[in-house]
Amino acid sequence: MPKIGVFVCWCGSNIAGTVDVEAVSEAMKTVPGVVFSTNYQYMCSAAGQKMIADAIHEYHLDGIVVASCSPRMHENTFRKTAQAAGLNPYMVEIANIREQCSWIHKDKEEGTRKAIVLAKAAVAKLLHNQPLQAGTSAVTKRCLVIGGGIAGIQTALDVANAGYEVDIVEQRPTIGGRMAQLDKTFPTLDCSACILTPKMVEAAQNEKIRIISYAKVEKVEGFVGNFRATIRKKARFIDENKCTGCSLCMQKCPSKKGRDEFNMEMNNRPAIYIPFAQAIPNVAVIDPEQCIKLKSGKCGLCEKVCSAGAINYQQKDELLEREYGAIVVATGFRPMDPSPLNELGYAENKDVITSLELERLMNAAGPTKGTLLRPSDLKHPREIVFIQCVGSRCDENTNRGKPYCSKICCMYTAKHAMLIRDKYPDTNVHVFYIDVRTPGKNFDEFYRRAVEQYGVDYIKGMVGKVAREGDKLMVRGSDLINNRQVEIAADLVVLATAIEPDPSARSIGTMLTASMDTNDFFTEAHAKLRPVESPTAGIFLSGVAQGPKDVPETVAQASAAASKVIGLLAKDHLVTNPCVALSDELLCNGCSQCEKVCPYGAITYENREVRGPGVREVRRVARVNPAVCQGCGACTVTCPSGAMDLKGFTNQQIMAEVDAICL
Amino acid sequence: MKKIKARALSLLADGTVKRVLGWERGEDAFDCSPALFENEAEMERFVYGTCAGANLSKYCVKMGKAEGKTLVILKPCDTLSFRQLLHEHRVERDAFYIIGAGCTGMMDENGLLAKCAACKGKEFAVYDEIIDTEECRLPTGTEKRMEQVEKLENMTAQERFAFWQGELSRCIRCNACRNVCPACTCIKCVFDNPGSGVQSKAPVTDFEENMFHIIRAYHVAGRCTDCGECSRVCPQGIPLHLINRKLIKDMNELYGDYQAGLGDNERTPLTSFTKEDAEPGIIHERGNG
Repeated sequence: MPKIGVFVCWCGSNIAGTVDVEAVSEAMKTVPGVVFSTNYQYMCSAAGQKMIADAIHEYHLDGIVVASCSPRMHENTFRKTAQAAGLNPYMVEIANIREQCSWIHKDKEEGTRKAIVLAKAAVAKLLHNQPLQAGTSAVTKRCLVIGGGIAGIQTALDVANAGYEVDIVEQRPTIGGRMAQLDKTFPTLDCSACILTPKMVEAAQNEKIRIISYAKVEKVEGFVGNFRATIRKKARFIDENKCTGCSLCMQKCPSKKGRDEFNMEMNNRPAIYIPFAQAIPNVAVIDPEQCIKLKSGKCGLCEKVCSAGAINYQQKDELLEREYGAIVVATGFRPMDPSPLNELGYAENKDVITSLELERLMNAAGPTKGTLLRPSDLKHPREIVFIQCVGSRCDENTNRGKPYCSKICCMYTAKHAMLIRDKYPDTNVHVFYIDVRTPGKNFDEFYRRAVEQYGVDYIKGMVGKVAREGDKLMVRGSDLINNRQVEIAADLVVLATAIEPDPSARSIGTMLTASMDTNDFFTEAHAKLRPVESPTAGIFLSGVAQGPKDVPETVAQASAAASKVIGLLAKDHLVTNPCVALSDELLCNGCSQCEKVCPYGAITYENREVRGPGVREVRRVARVNPAVCQGCGACTVTCPSGAMDLKGFTNQQIMAEVDAICL
Repeated sequence: MKKIKARALSLLADGTVKRVLGWERGEDAFDCSPALFENEAEMERFVYGTCAGANLSKYCVKMGKAEGKTLVILKPCDTLSFRQLLHEHRVERDAFYIIGAGCTGMMDENGLLAKCAACKGKEFAVYDEIIDTEECRLPTGTEKRMEQVEKLENMTAQERFAFWQGELSRCIRCNACRNVCPACTCIKCVFDNPGSGVQSKAPVTDFEENMFHIIRAYHVAGRCTDCGECSRVCPQGIPLHLINRKLIKDMNELYGDYQAGLGDNERTPLTSFTKEDAEPGIIHERGNG
């Protein structure tokens, strides 16, 4: 029988507080196979590890069980300890008596009993462990960035500047994202385009960066270091290499009924268009819904005026297959649609707008060329009401919006209020708010300037109703500080709507098997210690895809994600997990079910001569490629005959654990 | 029957097929068992009629390895089993000549077979030729098939447990259900494999032994065509097909209607994953225990 040592960790009081660690290590001494059992305050400390190494030598241990925290924390630590002491690192089992025991129990007696059971299960499994050898796999030195907003651009630039190839896949016809739509940025009030477009140009000019715009990632296979993505480049009906971006086609196009997405659909654009002047690539795109030629076969004006001969009505979607070592999710956000919040009258009143619409109304390239005019009658608004937290910080049970704080609204509202008061001093600005949250460098100073220098009227309270009366919008709300109801006859009402993940995020998350929270923000591998990595190896998070952020935070996180990508791509080989599936050809029926469930494409079938007791025939049998297998175990549970097994987690090992717990 | 027999004889005679997989007459009119015929003389015993309830697909797994083509006669529902075996690479299409035989509902000494009372339809999923002379008027449709399952679903958990305890405790583990099942084609069944960890466990109660049926139902889930052979051959009269039908009903509800043996085999409910799939929590929500 193998000789097993058991090491019970107190984790300070984390475990010892609810588990009698002495009782656990005593109880384990009577378990068959266990020749040594002890407990210590911090097993993961140098002293604790030395204790393990000494015991391995002294008692000639064949395997060890460490009853401690989750294997996610210290399994690697103890494997290395065991390896240094001469044991195979896969002869180590962790009994998780912290996350799955001490932290969730209050009763010490109960906790102790459970800890003993968990440790016994680990011993039972360890008795069936086999030494395993890790292999290696190569790393494709190229990074895929999904999303070409400021987050994606920054990550791509940093990775490219470290010398690695980067592809940016952007669903819109141009990179730039939401930041390109902003007029000014807080707290310094620099023009958004002036600071963003140089970065866009830098990305376009960087030899290592390839921008694949008007495209989406359709399929991703593989694993860390070895992803294979299928990218659908949508037909833009323009030869990208020929188009010079002269925009003559835009002027001549007779179909002008397309809604201008870049200007939040507040004005029309032609069927053939370049989203904005600094678009990258500076190449037109034809909207097939609006183009007369594509719909009826008549017209073709743009083709006639295009001196570059770039128009191609026959163009089809193109599928690209590319390989990557790392994938960065930078899918960004969109403002929530406030229409369902009936009392705010967004759907009925043209002069109730969102903050992002206001950005466009104030921008020189916007629908009003930067003069603040209200959409209904193009008059200067004299009374403007801002409403904050629209759809943010909502009670989850009311279905009115998001439970989270969108984080950026307090600052951009202060920015809008200040800019309007500066440019149009005869205009009164009121802001309804729940709290004003301005943590950030120079943020509170910025907000105070809006109140103190620019005389913005901040009213603590919620708005109950926005209703049109004549050409005014009557805003009724409460003023909690003065404890009274207020009514303001406004010309324009601006809603600081919550931000939500871009709708493409959910399907991308599923494709990448990257976990998401209930709001469809990507979750990080560790909320504090691994904030830019997804729990799925090789997937990294950049920008608002992970949670609400302003521009400086987004850029910081984008660079952090890039540094993680660089760390990965700098490696020539990754050590692979030896806990991979293995098929017993004598039991295999060749039914192909495992091949179908394998998410990594690691299983193939071949006709092979099978030899066994009384058997010698050619059979169709499964073969696992150990370099591709990630050890998820889907095949083992699908296999009806039990031919497929997972090394390190064999059916026999799992059964032994279950028996140890249940019997 | 005459047409089928004549066609079988001519295919044997011209060498298209080496043998015929069909049925032979036994002791009485109801006794109609699967049989193999290799020449004209043996074909004397060939019979096809309203008592040929047995599904011959399972025999094809072994016959497929024999030299030369085998003629197999399959009723509409049997072709689903055969096609499912094709999907699973357990038979080679080229090794068989398939006559799709018309069926008007099969009987035994107790009347119409349970599987025929809930007929799955008259379409042939795979065939070389069809010999179908009489029109079948049996009603088809999923609703009828699921009537009894719904009755079980409407029981309380205790009632349902008592029902199955009563039924399954009668099992004598003769393995007839497994041996006849066209989805149970493992080269080595887990219940015969000492290494599987489930083979030689001592049962604590009669009922526990019969977890066998639950395990078997899960092993064939998504592949079971609901051919009903398990219940037909059970000497103890246990309605085993109801377990399979419950799983089929759940799969249809959770993943959309699916009939094993049809389709292109690319997407099967339990071996594929889509974004629209039910979340695991559904198990808890749907359980009414």
